[in-house]
Amino acid sequence: MWAYFTRRLFIAIPTLWVVITVAFFLMRLAPGGPFDQEAPLPPEIMANLKAAYGLDQPLWWQYVNYLGNLLQGDFGPSFKYKDFSVTELIGQGFPVSIQNGAAALFIAVLIGIPLGAMAALRQNSGADHAAMTVAMTGIVIPNFVVGPLLALIFGIWLRDTMFALPVAGWNNGALPNRILPVICLALPFIAYIARITRASLIETLRTNYVRTARAKGLPFRMVVLRHAFKSAMIPVVTYLGPATVFLLTGSMVIETIFGLPGIGRYFVQGALNRDYTLVMGVTILAASLVIFLNLLVDMAYAWLDPKVRYE
Amino acid sequence: MTSVLEIDKLTVSFSTPDGAVEAVTDVSLSVEAGECLGLVGESGSGKSQTFMAAMGLLADNATANGHIRLDSMDLLSASEKKLNTVRGERIAMIFQDPMTSLTPHMKIGRQLAEVLIEHQGVDKETGRRRSREMLDRVHIPEAERRLDMYPHELSGGLRQRVMIAMALMCEPEVIIADEPTTALDVTVQAQILDLLTEVKDDLGAAIVLITHDLGVVAGLADRVAVMYAGRIVEQGTVADIFAAPTHPYTQGLLACTPRLDVETEALVTIAGQPPNLQNLPSGCSFHPRCPHVFDRCKAERPSLENLSNGQAKACFRAAQEAAE
Repeated sequence: MWAYFTRRLFIAIPTLWVVITVAFFLMRLAPGGPFDQEAPLPPEIMANLKAAYGLDQPLWWQYVNYLGNLLQGDFGPSFKYKDFSVTELIGQGFPVSIQNGAAALFIAVLIGIPLGAMAALRQNSGADHAAMTVAMTGIVIPNFVVGPLLALIFGIWLRDTMFALPVAGWNNGALPNRILPVICLALPFIAYIARITRASLIETLRTNYVRTARAKGLPFRMVVLRHAFKSAMIPVVTYLGPATVFLLTGSMVIETIFGLPGIGRYFVQGALNRDYTLVMGVTILAASLVIFLNLLVDMAYAWLDPKVRYE
Repeated sequence: MTSVLEIDKLTVSFSTPDGAVEAVTDVSLSVEAGECLGLVGESGSGKSQTFMAAMGLLADNATANGHIRLDSMDLLSASEKKLNTVRGERIAMIFQDPMTSLTPHMKIGRQLAEVLIEHQGVDKETGRRRSREMLDRVHIPEAERRLDMYPHELSGGLRQRVMIAMALMCEPEVIIADEPTTALDVTVQAQILDLLTEVKDDLGAAIVLITHDLGVVAGLADRVAVMYAGRIVEQGTVADIFAAPTHPYTQGLLACTPRLDVETEALVTIAGQPPNLQNLPSGCSFHPRCPHVFDRCKAERPSLENLSNGQAKACFRAAQEAAE
C-alpha cells in the first residue's frame, strides 16, 4: 500500500511536467501580453519592459529558463503585481483560501451526509421531500445571489442585533469575518453531498446483503451503520475529490463579494492580465492538488471496498 | 408432532403504479420440527414472497394478511423490534445468491459472530471461536484463516456454506432455504444439498426448501407443496407427489424434468406462459395451459381439498372423471 502510494507520488512528477508544458505554451498562444494597455506604450519602453522580464528571448529559451527556476522553487515575479513574486502572492492568498475552503468542506460533510442519510431512511416522507427541496434550492441558487443576500440579512437587517456579522474583509482571520463566506461556500456542497448520500444509501439499502443483515435480526440502526453505510459512501468520496480542489483553491465570486485576500481571484485576473507567471503558479498549485486528492480518493476506495487492493 | 411454523391463509399483495398485484393468495402451510418441506413453483409463483413475509422482509410496497405463527408468536403482526428477537435466533434464512448476499466490506468472521453477539450477548472472543467451529461444521477448510477473509476472496460454493453457517449460528428451529443451489455449479449444488441434509438430521430443525428444481426436492424434502400463480395447487409427501401427482401442473412439472434414463428428442415443456398476476385467468389460474381443461375450470376456482392419503390438490379433474 505504501509502496503504491510513493509510486503514485513519483508518477505525479511527469504528469505535472505535462501540465506545466501545456499551460506554458497555451498561455503564449493567446493574443496580447502582460504589458498591453488601452493606450499603447511607446515601442522603446515596451522593448525595455520585455527585456527586463526576459520576454525578448526565444520562447523555448523562456520555457527552459522557467523550468530551471521552477526546479529551484522560484515561480518568478508577477508581471502585474509589481514588486511581488508569484510565491509571495500565493503564500499570502492560499492560506486564506485554504482555511475557508477546509471549513466549508468540513461543514458540508458534517451536515450533508447526515441530512442525506436521514432523507434516505425516511424515503418519500415529508421530511425527505423537505430536505431534498432545500438541497435542490441550495444547488440552483448561484452563490453570487446567496452572498449578497446573506450580506443583506446579517449586515443590514440584523445590523443592530446580536446576529450582526461583518460582510466584508478578512480582518486577520477573525471568526465573525469568516462565517458568511464559509456558509456561502458550503451551501451548494451541503446540497450536493446530501443528494448523493441519499441516492446512494437508498440503493445500498436495497442490496441483498442488507437483506441478509436484516434477516439476522440486527437492529435497523446497526444494519444501516455497519452493513450499508460504508458502501453507500463510495459515490460521496468520488465527489469529494474534485469538490475539495474547488473549495481549497478559493472561489473568485465569494472572495470578491466578501473582499477576501484569497487566491480565487488570481485564477481569473491572472488570465485576463496575461500575467504569465501568476497563471502558471496557480495552475501548478491546482494541478498538484488534483493529483494529490485523486490519490487520497483512491486510497479511500481501498478502505471502503476491500475488493480494491493496490499492489 | 406439532408444527413449529404455521402459515394460515396468507395473502401478500403489492401496490404498484398499475394497481394492486396479489403475489400470494390464501396460502396455508406448516412445517414440523425435523421435517423438510419443499415449496415448488415457477418464478413469480409467490413461493419466495410467502417466506419473505415470515421473515418480515417484504418490500415496502407489500401488505400481508393472515397469520404466520412461530409457536405462539404471530410474525406478521409483530413489531420490527420483536421480530428481531427471533430473526436469526429462532428462524433463519439462506438466500438464493451467495455472491451478493454477504456484506462486501466486512470480514467473514465478523459477519458470523455478530449473530451470536446480537442474540446471545457473547463476547467477541467466544463469537470468533464459535464462528470458526461453525465453519468447520459446514466443511469449510482452513476455517481459522477464512474468518479474516472478505467475501470476494471466497468461491461461490464457499460463500453459500458461509451463508448456511450464518443461518445455523444460533441453531434455529426453522431454516428457510430460498433456492440455495440455484446460483452454483452442479457439483457444488450436490455438496450443498448434502450439507443441508446433514443439518436437518443433526439439528432437528424444520427446513423449508424453496426451489423450482424438483430434483432438489426429491433428494431432501419430506413433503412438497406446489405453488402456481400465488396459490398452493397440490400438497403431499414426496413419495406420493412423485409417484402419483394429481394436479396437471405438477404432472407437467415432473414431465419437464429432463431424465438421463429415458431417451427423448426434445425437452418437454408446459405450453404457454405463467399467468400475469395483474390479470389472472378466470376460474382455475392454470386452465389456459392445462391439457385436461373443461368448462368448469374456466368458470370456477377449485379449492384445495384433502385426499384420503393426506395429499391435497386444487383440481376438478378427478371429480369430473368420477361424474362421467
